[in-house]
Amino acid sequence: MTLVSGWGRFPVVDSDVLRPRSFAAVGEAVEAGTIARGNGRAYGDAAIGTVRTVTMTGFDRVRSFDPATGRIRLEAGMLLADLVETFGPRGFLPFVVPGTRFVSIGGAIAADVHGKNHHCEGGFGRYVDSILLRTGQGEVIEASREQNSDAFFATIGGMGLTGIILEATMRLRPVETGWIRERVICASDLDAAMRALDAGDSATYSVAWIDCVARGKDFGRSLIYLGEHAGKDELTEGAAAFPVGKDPGLGVPVDLPAMTLNRYSIRAFNEMYYRMGARRAGGSRLVSLYPYFFPLDSIADWNRIYGRRGFLQHQCVIPEAGARAVLGDILERVALRGDASFLAVLKKLGQGDGILSFPLPGYTLALDFPVQGDILNFLDEIDRFVVAAGGRLYLAKDARQSRATFAAGYPALQRFNAIRKSLDPAGNIRSKLSQRLFDEV
Amino acid sequence: MTSRKSAIVLGGSSDIGRATARAFAKAGYDVALAGRDVAALEPDAADLRARYNVEVGLHKFDVLDTASFDGFVAGLPALPDVVISIVGLLGVQQTAESDLAHAATIMRSNYEGPSLILGLFAEKFLARGSGTLVGVSSVAGDRGRASNYVYGSAKAGFSAFLSGLRARASSSGVHVVTVKPGFVRTKMTEGMKLIGPLTVEAPVVGDAILAAVEKKTDVVYVSAKWRLVMLIIKTLPEAVFKKLKF
Repeated sequence: MTLVSGWGRFPVVDSDVLRPRSFAAVGEAVEAGTIARGNGRAYGDAAIGTVRTVTMTGFDRVRSFDPATGRIRLEAGMLLADLVETFGPRGFLPFVVPGTRFVSIGGAIAADVHGKNHHCEGGFGRYVDSILLRTGQGEVIEASREQNSDAFFATIGGMGLTGIILEATMRLRPVETGWIRERVICASDLDAAMRALDAGDSATYSVAWIDCVARGKDFGRSLIYLGEHAGKDELTEGAAAFPVGKDPGLGVPVDLPAMTLNRYSIRAFNEMYYRMGARRAGGSRLVSLYPYFFPLDSIADWNRIYGRRGFLQHQCVIPEAGARAVLGDILERVALRGDASFLAVLKKLGQGDGILSFPLPGYTLALDFPVQGDILNFLDEIDRFVVAAGGRLYLAKDARQSRATFAAGYPALQRFNAIRKSLDPAGNIRSKLSQRLFDEV
Repeated sequence: MTSRKSAIVLGGSSDIGRATARAFAKAGYDVALAGRDVAALEPDAADLRARYNVEVGLHKFDVLDTASFDGFVAGLPALPDVVISIVGLLGVQQTAESDLAHAATIMRSNYEGPSLILGLFAEKFLARGSGTLVGVSSVAGDRGRASNYVYGSAKAGFSAFLSGLRARASSSGVHVVTVKPGFVRTKMTEGMKLIGPLTVEAPVVGDAILAAVEKKTDVVYVSAKWRLVMLIIKTLPEAVFKKLKF
């Protein structure tokens, strides 16, 4: 048995961890209480089996690639970083990338991850054409929009609970360069931030960093980052069409004491960050895709900033109608509390594709909190606002929401459970997350 | 035929073999993978072709079947620019202590076979006046340890073979690289207790081998820390060392 946790390092759970070397061995590894795990970047308990956790990162082969169409077949353990580094220089990027490149493709499908373009281009699953799935029942099936479509749409965003994703076929985006033309908009308060995001609807990429400790007239002040893929003609002479992604060199070597993050240090950081961003506002500049899409990847092990006890991310989505009032209520409580992270993110989402996909048309707010004090009670309180507004929480980030919050937020749960049951009548595929939220008690 | 450089990886199905083939293919080499089970190498060949758009060849090679070596080299479509021997067998020290056949297999897999095949390529390379030979040896060959001296002694022999070959080839245009990876998280070391800060992943070894070939390095400790660790271990007096049961 090994102690396993997600990226948030909470909870830490004992599990039998296996690293099979063949798909046949993956099949043999499945017993009651098994879940697949990619690179362990889900924050909470989604990739920890109740009995056994099957590590998939060894399966990282490309099966085929068509340079004419950008269609690729690959093994599910391949990292997004590998895909970007290998096919970027050949003129192709994934259509959707989340905030870190260190996720596996299988994990990205299972969480139907979204990027800064969800409002206009949808989530990761939209560009997946088919999936090779090893079900809990022991079958290996190919699932697509036409074939085994129930299994397909349950697997997109299904948190690995439909079975183990072995391979996937997906479409890549043709790009001329690996550069993004970025424009920064400075919003002085929450209303201005939401207006700026709405105005950015036509931008391919848009996201807001929000100062979650500012109060009074600065309440909700934000920097909105808009982005477009840059063409070759936009590069300065001699610039490489495809920038090189640096390995995260300088990491966080030790767990920082929880004291490091307090209302004073966060307030000081946010003040500096806002002013620096405000200075760039209005103009546009070319940014390498690496810092643009994956700002935190340049700091290895940044999860250690939150100390040994770990941290919780609270990411909710609130339907568009009435979102302003609810986001205001939530942010007010967070600002009063003062210990939320300096990395609060606000962005717009569109409709999700999978049965359990997180996105719905509205605004999503992501906040990090160190595990300390009464944080669990505090987040339960925040959840009540989310539920009342018809919103939901992102399962890939969750480690603590209640069954009631979950059931209220995901009305398609019954349908998902029926499909899951048909693929795995004995209930072999289970995770700590499913035990906490889905499974019959 | 392309004018690209070519590399052949002996032991292509191992984790380090796969990673090394990727590093060379990424750098624009045409790559050949050689191993006992050619069919099992097909997915890796497809991976390399799809990723890097290079030519990938597959060849049957069994390091214990030394009689087949002449035919293996003669059967290659062209003499490659770089030959990399990754083959090796950790074996089980305790079994090898009483089971002569197992001990012999460890010795032959890590010393006899790799040395003979690289020696054979060396003759062809010396005749041509160019080429690079890479032998993946081990820090375990730097000093025999109670816990794995059968494996370690064979690696020591291989290291000595490579250093002698390097000396002989020194003014010929043929270069010989000795790689000492230390702990690598692979199939071979699965289930072993590895010391985190001294352990690397297979791609790190692949990149180090490519860098050593391109920079003409003689001996590579993949993690610089190992050079220091082995310096200390090598300089311990025998009287002290023999009391250490590690």
